[in-house]
Amino acid sequence: MRLKLEKRPDPSRFMLYATPVGAVVLTMLVGAIIFTLIGYNGAAAVYQVFIAPLTLSYKWGDIAVKASPLILIGVGLAVGNRAAIWNIGAEGQYIVGALAGTGIGILTKDMTGFWILPAMLLAGLAGGAIWGGIPALMRNRFNVNETLSSLMLTYVAIHLMNHMVTGPWKDPKGFSFPQTALVTPSQTLPILVPGTYVHLGIVITLIIAVIMWFLMSRSLFGFQVRVVGSAPNAARHGGFSQKGTVWLVFLLSGALAGLAGIFEVTGPFGQMSLGFPQNYGFTAIIVAFLGRLNPLGVIIAGVVLAITYVGGDLAQSALQLPNASKGIFQALMLFFLLASDVLIRYRVRLAGNVSAPMAVAARSAAE
Amino acid sequence: MSIDYIIAVFITVVGAATPILFAGLGELVTEKSGMLNLGVEGMMLVGAVAAFATVDLTGSPWLAVVVAAAAAAAVSMTFAVLTLSLSANQVATGLALTIFGTGLSTLVGKSFTGHGIKPFTTLFPDWLANDRFGKAFFSFSPLVYFSFIMVALVWWFLNRTRGGLILRAVGENDLSAHSIGYSVIGVRYAAVAFGGAMAGIGGAAFPLVLTPLWAEGLTGGRGWIAIALVVFSGWKPGRLLAGAYFFGLLGTLELYAKASGSIFTAMLPSEGWAALPYIATIVVLAIISSSKAGGGNAPACLGKPFIPST
Repeated sequence: MRLKLEKRPDPSRFMLYATPVGAVVLTMLVGAIIFTLIGYNGAAAVYQVFIAPLTLSYKWGDIAVKASPLILIGVGLAVGNRAAIWNIGAEGQYIVGALAGTGIGILTKDMTGFWILPAMLLAGLAGGAIWGGIPALMRNRFNVNETLSSLMLTYVAIHLMNHMVTGPWKDPKGFSFPQTALVTPSQTLPILVPGTYVHLGIVITLIIAVIMWFLMSRSLFGFQVRVVGSAPNAARHGGFSQKGTVWLVFLLSGALAGLAGIFEVTGPFGQMSLGFPQNYGFTAIIVAFLGRLNPLGVIIAGVVLAITYVGGDLAQSALQLPNASKGIFQALMLFFLLASDVLIRYRVRLAGNVSAPMAVAARSAAE
Repeated sequence: MSIDYIIAVFITVVGAATPILFAGLGELVTEKSGMLNLGVEGMMLVGAVAAFATVDLTGSPWLAVVVAAAAAAAVSMTFAVLTLSLSANQVATGLALTIFGTGLSTLVGKSFTGHGIKPFTTLFPDWLANDRFGKAFFSFSPLVYFSFIMVALVWWFLNRTRGGLILRAVGENDLSAHSIGYSVIGVRYAAVAFGGAMAGIGGAAFPLVLTPLWAEGLTGGRGWIAIALVVFSGWKPGRLLAGAYFFGLLGTLELYAKASGSIFTAMLPSEGWAALPYIATIVVLAIISSSKAGGGNAPACLGKPFIPST
């Protein structure tokens, strides 16, 4: 007797929504086992990473703050992955967006006015879009694999940022720390909940996610993206341009990642420093998949992954678990999710030696 | 520029080229079977931490190479099971493997922070290895010579053996290979495992050849450069060797820019030199991919899931 996969006539909608939940549960179980094997208290590690942030109400604001960039970047990446276009350089687009906005911030540091913050946010959008536009250009013009080029550009962005914060843009009053000057009040996102870091950017993120959900499910743009991704030949016959889709996907996901970057500068960080990159751009890839490439799902997935960010910090102080451990939990989540995808398209049946007599028995019972 | 200086630069370049040569060779074989494993960076980190731990505990760098290869091949099996047995998306699964390997190596490596290890001793007697000219040939770690042997072996396997023919057939036309009775899935499992083992040895070269100290994320994106190297090579082992040394040279420039100061940094700040290998990778990929000879060499089934019609 063995397990056999049998193709479903239609993809299972139940499994589509059940498997992400299953993946999170399996991650907690297997994560506990792995951490126990490495020599930590596995159950306590899982508790700190996944549960503790939810039980501490003063951490809820942190969850929202960390979920915001994950959702904003994840929504953009979800669009790309739908079209089978792989932008894995969102981390670089996030950094360059933050740099572009910070540049405006440095130019306007002695000014006041309501227009300064929007100008910085627009620069963030533009910076991210430009950095995302490079892989699109390279792919369309020179046939360069966008996965590799977007990732390479992330390393370039990190070195560019290191140069700016240790050199030309270093805060002159910063006691020679490698960081830019703090943003001024005119450059700061309004705080919505006093006593927390919950800022206006979080609301903008949610609005963008809902708009993207509408575009993806109800507009020609969303249809084009899905057709190019699932049936490239049909897309060509239908007049949807592959190259145009590459441009759209990269400019959009780059701009959203850039906006996430400048939200962090004008919000929780207040400046750029060597520690600015938080891997949000990479984690957002997991967020996009966990959210089933659906912008509304991405909101939920962003919150789940944000919990692991906050929980990773808690586990570090409570159990001396290195901060990188959250990467293991996040990767496990993606592994289980990808593995369970098979359940959407196939059903698992018992098959083998037993099946023939069982079939006979079933038929005679029916008669 | 004296001959001694050139020899010193050459020795640094060899050190920088060896890890990406191993990892690139492994990925080349994996891709020849039609599998695109983007988890190279993660597998290299697993190999690096496994090698470091083995030397730290047993003192044997030889055992460390074996353990690194085994550990990285073992984690590569998660990729194989997901993509081959459960037909998951190869790009996403490879990314997950990189995230997993990064986290695992940091977690395991944390207890080794600050430890130093004794790397390989040279194979040749001191009078050869320390000779002014001799050191350009005889002063290297055994892993360096092993990397050359592997280039020759991979070339021989792919072009001169029946096994290599089957591997290429599976990568070029999986359905035909399946219909004449070859196990497509089996061949691909083996190719992924080989790619994992080689990435592990490439990762092991960091503590064993380059810096005998543990540092978080010490591969610094070399796994991704190794993947780019395979495209650069046009899936040919000989060109992969040349490419590895070219990228090795680019990666070395940053060190020289920092060390010799003014001349280099007047041209470009040190961060610019550090970013150069990544920019060069994109430029080189653009030249290779847009030329007719380049992109056309990719195995026809690269990255596509195998779905037999039966």
